[in-house]
Amino acid sequence: MRVTLDQDKCCGAGTCVLSAPDVFDQDDDGIAILLDPTPPAHLAAGVRDAATRCPAAAIRLEAE
Amino acid sequence: MNETTVNEPTTNDAVSPLPGMPRVRTCPFSPAPEYARLRENAPISQIAFPGGGSGWLVTRYEDVRAMLADPRFSSSLGMGAPHVRPVPAMLEKPRPGALLRLDEPEHTRYRRPVMRAFTVKRVQALRPRIQQIVDECLDAMERSGGPVDLVAELALPVTSLVICELLGVDYEDRDTFQGLAGQLLAIDASPEQTQAARLELGLFIAGLVAAKREQPGEDLLSTLIQEADADQDSPLTDEALTILGSLLLIAGHETTANMIALSTLTLLHHPGQFAALHHNPSLVQGAVDELLRYLTIIQFGLTRVATEDVTLGGRLICAGEYVIAALPSANRDPALGIDAPDRLDVTRDPAAHVAFGYGPHQCLGQQLARAELQITLTSLIQRFPTLRLAVPPEQVPYRDDMIIYGVHRLPVTW
Repeated sequence: MRVTLDQDKCCGAGTCVLSAPDVFDQDDDGIAILLDPTPPAHLAAGVRDAATRCPAAAIRLEAE
Repeated sequence: MNETTVNEPTTNDAVSPLPGMPRVRTCPFSPAPEYARLRENAPISQIAFPGGGSGWLVTRYEDVRAMLADPRFSSSLGMGAPHVRPVPAMLEKPRPGALLRLDEPEHTRYRRPVMRAFTVKRVQALRPRIQQIVDECLDAMERSGGPVDLVAELALPVTSLVICELLGVDYEDRDTFQGLAGQLLAIDASPEQTQAARLELGLFIAGLVAAKREQPGEDLLSTLIQEADADQDSPLTDEALTILGSLLLIAGHETTANMIALSTLTLLHHPGQFAALHHNPSLVQGAVDELLRYLTIIQFGLTRVATEDVTLGGRLICAGEYVIAALPSANRDPALGIDAPDRLDVTRDPAAHVAFGYGPHQCLGQQLARAELQITLTSLIQRFPTLRLAVPPEQVPYRDDMIIYGVHRLPVTW
């Protein structure tokens, strides 16, 4: 799985950090940060959850 | 699914007046049953507004999310909640900092400076202080011996103290802002009464902005003032700071306080789930999101206005028409992807609900709300495992008359 994050769209809700804390974080201003663009398979469910929940549709997933 | 994008009025539509917003609940913890019928038969249907005019009521989960994420549905062209209470005849231009009424890109310019106070990490750091505030309220409840009004003795003090400390508002002023919140959110208030309450709140916060400029503290309002004064390109004028401060203060205490009290009452009506949380407090994270979904206290949803003709869920919405996202209905839609959405189940994996809205306006303070709810409910249940209503259930006054649902009072004992 390849993850992309559009920081310009991010509205700082923090939902991705709750869903997949090993893959997403927030900077001091609240903007999401992508920690791992190619997360291991065992984190995939959380990452998909983060993409579904993101209110700004800022997270895109591609199968590799 | 309706394949055509043309709205064909049925003969029935032509002769009978439009229905209003569904408001009659048969269970105090569930939205009006009318929503289930609408989701099935008329997922985007026309409703009449009490002060005249009409709009589209959107009841399905997917349509609600699509609508709230679509910039063609504007927050600034409409005003207030015309589907539940009359709004001023003249459309007021959105003022700077009025996050709920701004569209992009202005909305983001004002949201970004305050976002940083509500990140997952910042809220995590606030947890010990929230716990302390909750414990002090529970100590006072225990000393008084009960019965107590849980709204006045726990829900409102916890959320008001937390937002006061965060924002830099004196807790001694709580009667002022809690009273104004009541006036701003009552659906039987006239446009003049709402406007007067808004002005009074604005004066209160403007005074605070002036005082903090003279004598800054360690709070969010002081930080924002200092940044604004140091950066001549900052959008945070004193007017914007006043409006932002007013919004954070009201949204910051009123919503979560209502969730605390209504969640407590809901758990008292579901003793098995109350017991599950008592025996296994680690369930609380999922439980809070389930309660947020199940109760969806933004009971009349969110309004937008179409800026151009838009097809939503097979319906043509014309430019200038009001559209209402029925959040309580969306959160009970089987399309949410959970089993039996009309059942409360605090043990289920949290659904991707829309209790905090959706799209770029989604609740800025949601992590703080979650933390306050998790800490308050866990501590309350652990401290008073025999908690029970102190009045017959039918005497609990529900907030059917307020924009934000909940209970006006909750007499409990243990």
